[in-house]
Amino acid sequence: MKKGVLWRIGIIIVTVLVAAVFFLPNTPLFRNMPEWWKKSMPDKGIVLGLDLQGGLHLVFEVEGDKAVEIAVERAASALNGIFERKKIQASVKNDGLFLVVTPGTPEARKVVEETYPALTLAGSTDGARYKMTPKEMQRIKDTATDQVLEIIRNRIDQFGVAEPTIHRQAENEIVVQLPGVKDPKRAVEIIGKTAQLEFKIVDDESRVAAELPASVLPGEEPALLEKLKLKMPEPDEILFQRIVNKETGMVTKRPFLLKKQTLLTGDLLTEAKVTIDQRFNEPYVSIAFNPSGAKIFEDITGLNVKKRLAIILDGNVYSAPVIQERIAGGNAQVTGSFGMEEAKDLAIVLRAGALPAPVRTLQNVTVGPSLGRDSIEAGKRAFFVGTLLVVVFMIFYYRLSGVIADFALVLNILLLLGAMASLNATLTMPGIAGIILAIGMAVDSNVLMFERMREELRSGKGPRAAVDGGYHKAFWTIFDSHVTTLITAAVLFQFGTGPIKGFAVTLSLGVAINLFTALIGTKTVFDIMYSKGDVKGLSI
Amino acid sequence: MIELIKNPNLDFMGKKAYAFTVSGILSLLGILAAVQIGLGNANLGVDFAGGTAVQIKFAQTVPLHDVRKALEEGGLKDFDLQDLPTENKILIRVKKQEEKLGGASEKITQVLSQRFADKKPLVDSTTEIGPKVGSRLKQDALWAVMVATLGILIYVAWRFQFRFGIGATIATFHDVLAVLGIFYLLGKEMNLIVLSALLTIAGYSLTDTVVVFDRIRENMKRYLKEPVEVVINKSINEVLSRTIVTSFTVFLSSLALFLFGGEVIHDFALAMLLGVIVGTYSSVFVASPVVIALGQSKRRATGRQQPSKAKA
Repeated sequence: MKKGVLWRIGIIIVTVLVAAVFFLPNTPLFRNMPEWWKKSMPDKGIVLGLDLQGGLHLVFEVEGDKAVEIAVERAASALNGIFERKKIQASVKNDGLFLVVTPGTPEARKVVEETYPALTLAGSTDGARYKMTPKEMQRIKDTATDQVLEIIRNRIDQFGVAEPTIHRQAENEIVVQLPGVKDPKRAVEIIGKTAQLEFKIVDDESRVAAELPASVLPGEEPALLEKLKLKMPEPDEILFQRIVNKETGMVTKRPFLLKKQTLLTGDLLTEAKVTIDQRFNEPYVSIAFNPSGAKIFEDITGLNVKKRLAIILDGNVYSAPVIQERIAGGNAQVTGSFGMEEAKDLAIVLRAGALPAPVRTLQNVTVGPSLGRDSIEAGKRAFFVGTLLVVVFMIFYYRLSGVIADFALVLNILLLLGAMASLNATLTMPGIAGIILAIGMAVDSNVLMFERMREELRSGKGPRAAVDGGYHKAFWTIFDSHVTTLITAAVLFQFGTGPIKGFAVTLSLGVAINLFTALIGTKTVFDIMYSKGDVKGLSI
Repeated sequence: MIELIKNPNLDFMGKKAYAFTVSGILSLLGILAAVQIGLGNANLGVDFAGGTAVQIKFAQTVPLHDVRKALEEGGLKDFDLQDLPTENKILIRVKKQEEKLGGASEKITQVLSQRFADKKPLVDSTTEIGPKVGSRLKQDALWAVMVATLGILIYVAWRFQFRFGIGATIATFHDVLAVLGIFYLLGKEMNLIVLSALLTIAGYSLTDTVVVFDRIRENMKRYLKEPVEVVINKSINEVLSRTIVTSFTVFLSSLALFLFGGEVIHDFALAMLLGVIVGTYSSVFVASPVVIALGQSKRRATGRQQPSKAKA
């Protein structure tokens, strides 16, 4: 036997063994392997995609403009403080992305420009209008997206999901993949909630407060706001509390007139946990502030005894108890007739912190576990039937050579699975389709070679020469025809989303490995068979 | 030796007129489909159009009109229903784009789980795509098609002569358009999975074309005196059985996918089946005639430049 043949047999055996080691974690055999094997050998294998495993694929967009607005608002309130201290006769308001100083005297403008170099003058109608520089806005948006990513990661960790994938995409998007989540709706709520906790004082002294109805129906809020718009005192706003009648289940909205100024936020929280109210047997969330938060809370309650303190989450009033006395120690409660689960989720989001800017869901794909199971079953069936059809056809049409092609096909499948496992590639339903198509394409290389061999035989060559000629001449045809498939697979990989990417991976790996199995695998078998040189015919 | 056709000697190039008529119709159909997709009149999946799709599995058959009635009474508008009767599954699609996602799918599940509680509805999947993602996916798809086409054109033009590149690209376009057109006629949904099938067809239809071209290239160097038409016809006849057999194996595996691969991949498999057939046809009846039509003077020059390889 030629030396080259031995080498090739060696390469085939080694690659198959390596593939088997990588693929082992995907088989039940892995569980029975000895401890040292499990520790030191690959243990992850091929990962099932969300479409096969069931789960949640979410894409959120961070509303960066809101983060800029918040930054402008903070700057405005800080500047007002400075003006007051320096006794400058001017006031600062925030107007969306703009900051307006009235009157825009040179003195006031100097203070603004010195304190916030990132603000540039954008106009001077009705006082001086300032805007953040584009660079600063970009920085704020960027930071906000990073923070949102961290907070979402934190929330998901506390919610408890095995192997979540969370990453940033494009400029301001966050992709979250949660495999095997049982309650997708709850997960979406936990992730997407801004969870901005605010404390504000209820303005019961204004005349408008007396005019407020006890409650309105959901959907009627804008009409009420419109009606009272002109009478509203300048520093006030109206927010609503959602009230559910326990007997009828009817939902109503109760309006509150509040002082706009936020006295304290959830930023200074150290702890949030679910506690059960002894009297009503109802869960609520008890929160604790850090020392500086506790100090602020003590001051607020001390200054506003007998007034009502509204506790607001994401713009909705949860409760507004009357302050009986100064409260020291920094403990408060968020109540709101929660269910147990709701209270738990609220505690999670409060602990993990508020999102610095609200997020909007761009995409939400949920696959239930049963569809995934059905897909796997269907995929397996199609795989076995497809392989069988191709294998049988090859033997029928090419006889013994067909068997050799089938050997290459099996080799191809083994190496493909091994390669996917070594890359920890994600297998999706289109990915399974890619494998099955690759099976059909895998034998194409052999068909091309066999047809060439037949031609050589017809032209009167002996079996040995026919085999060599067939391989030699078919090589470039096989190469060219594979490369074009690889080009489209590469494009699909580049542009495709999850499931499609899976398809591109299996198809391109399948086709690439096919070059190896067809050119090394089958050729080796032929070489072994015809090494003695006394073979009369070629079964093809 | 089992052979499909023994020493075939068919006059393929003589059938050009028929082939061009058939191909012309198929391509026009495909162009019509592409225009309709562009105008938004075709059956676009939610991944491109944006909107909500909910698939629900019931324990027993539920008539479509019952579901429609229940949803209408529940206050839903502008939805499409489609059923997979063999599996007691119903697909509900709401194409209206909402700024805030989540409303429609929640409502659908709520309404149906209350109304058909006795039939144990189970949510198979929900897909909500915002308008921003939808239009981005559409754009990406367009890019993907352009980049793939360009890549193939460049590769084939590099490996063969430029006019072979043109011939291969036209044949590829023809195949993709034909399948697109047939899908449009069948009212199939155009979504990402169908798009990837179309791109795969583009890649695979070239396999056959390359097999044919390879032989034409080889024979052109061998039979320098013969007219191009004759050489091409001879080449096609020589490689006819491998063209058919290679396609047939892929046809077999696509057929297995089509019959057993389940609902998710059904349309993909159908597109592949059609694509394999059209692709085989086009490598004989579209790609080669285009090469002839693009003239022959350059070929002869190139053929003589590499006389040493002519005997291969």
